Amino acid sequence: MLEVAGLVKTYPTGDQALRGVSLTVKATEVVFVIGPSGAGKSTLIRCINRLVEPDAGSVRLDGLEITGLKGEELRRARRQMAMIFQEFNLVERLTVMENVLSGRLGYVGLWQAWRRKFPPEDIELAFETLARVGLAGFENKRADELSGGQRQRVGIARALVQRPKILLVDEPTSSLDPKTSDAVMALITRLTAEEQIPALINIHDVPLARQFAQRILGLNQGVIVFEGTPGDLTPETLDLIYRGAGEELTSALGA
Amino acid sequence: MGPVLWLALGAFLLWNALSLHVDPARVVRGLSRAWIVFGRAFPPDFARWQLLVEGVVESLQMATLSTIFGVLIGVPVAVMAARNFAPMPVYAGGRAIISLARTFHEIIVAILFVKAVGFGPFAGMLTLTWGSVGFFAKLLAEQIENIDHGQVEAIRATGASRGAVLVFGVLPQVLPRIIGLTVYQWDVHLRQSTIIGIVGAGGIGTTLYNSFARYDYDFSLAILLVIVAIVLLGEAVSAVARKRIQ
Repeated sequence: MLEVAGLVKTYPTGDQALRGVSLTVKATEVVFVIGPSGAGKSTLIRCINRLVEPDAGSVRLDGLEITGLKGEELRRARRQMAMIFQEFNLVERLTVMENVLSGRLGYVGLWQAWRRKFPPEDIELAFETLARVGLAGFENKRADELSGGQRQRVGIARALVQRPKILLVDEPTSSLDPKTSDAVMALITRLTAEEQIPALINIHDVPLARQFAQRILGLNQGVIVFEGTPGDLTPETLDLIYRGAGEELTSALGA
Repeated sequence: MGPVLWLALGAFLLWNALSLHVDPARVVRGLSRAWIVFGRAFPPDFARWQLLVEGVVESLQMATLSTIFGVLIGVPVAVMAARNFAPMPVYAGGRAIISLARTFHEIIVAILFVKAVGFGPFAGMLTLTWGSVGFFAKLLAEQIENIDHGQVEAIRATGASRGAVLVFGVLPQVLPRIIGLTVYQWDVHLRQSTIIGIVGAGGIGTTLYNSFARYDYDFSLAILLVIVAIVLLGEAVSAVARKRIQ
């Protein structure tokens, strides 16, 4: 279970990205965060795994407070919070297999990483996971040879081999066409169900959130302004979530 | 510009010409003397080819070893000097090393090393390594500063250590550049090794200097021809190698 309380982040530029965000993601729940760009969705996810340092607030994963952790402890905590990215963020010059195995880097020493010498069970896990995301046989292709959808599948496999306690997913479909977006989102939600892990998913595309969410949070200017089920998303609540970003609402609705 | 400035500039140039004894007659006399030297140099004399081979091998060894050492030292210095990876004090240190290594021309560095460790190729090797660290680290640091941060972020997010982030997130992005720069460095060092020998730092340059000192101009010409050949060869090897990693 992920518990976030009173999370605040102001960037050195003076931009107040988060103004006291609190939320909970329960055991196997898939929670979507919607909101206009600049609402703080990416910052929220990055403050949870501390890629961005929050100014105040608390983040607890299964009771462990993340915000105070340093060095080795922080890295151990990050292993348990696998992240999936908007731009996939694969290491372009490495093979699919190396990219997937990089999800195990938190578990091996530097010397093993340098020699690309992962334990046999890690390699087996990587092969299995690639098959689960539909990329069996792609192991030796270079990441930059793949299509967008295939890249995101590698990104998902990399996250899964971490054996995480939660998935943090940042706009996984923004760089993909509608059909591929649908398939990728279906894959992510199916895998979280199979693994019995929760996910916190930022998304721009409201129809996708309606389709796949168990619960939806609306973020506007660093504040959570909506919480409910897909059924609670009325034109009024959408207006509230997208307040001050009218044109973006039309694009978020896929119109 | 006022007339006073023009007048001052004219006076300055005239003073330069006078104090350097600019004299067209000397150029004419010099030309005929150069012609004599050239006449004595022709045909080139390869009789003492053992000396030549010795010099060339020494130059190749200097160039190769200094490239290896330059890269080994240059990579960590480059990481230190990359603003996106190093904390401020480390960054300042890295930049200071680079500036220091780039300040002096290799001839001056060679003279210092010859004074310090004595005549011979060891001084030359140190000279080339020194210059290499500055050049290599500067260009690689710029490359590291321009990498795609998304890839690095993704590796950090897995819980990888700082070292593992460098190995998996950064190295694959800069490796082609490292290889390209290394080959280019070797080519440059080969060329420089022919020059720094003149101040006693070993290699084919020393052989050349000795032949001039003994008025063996025919042997000098032979050495110059060999230098042209190895520089061209080095350039060709480096061009082919760099093309292959693109």
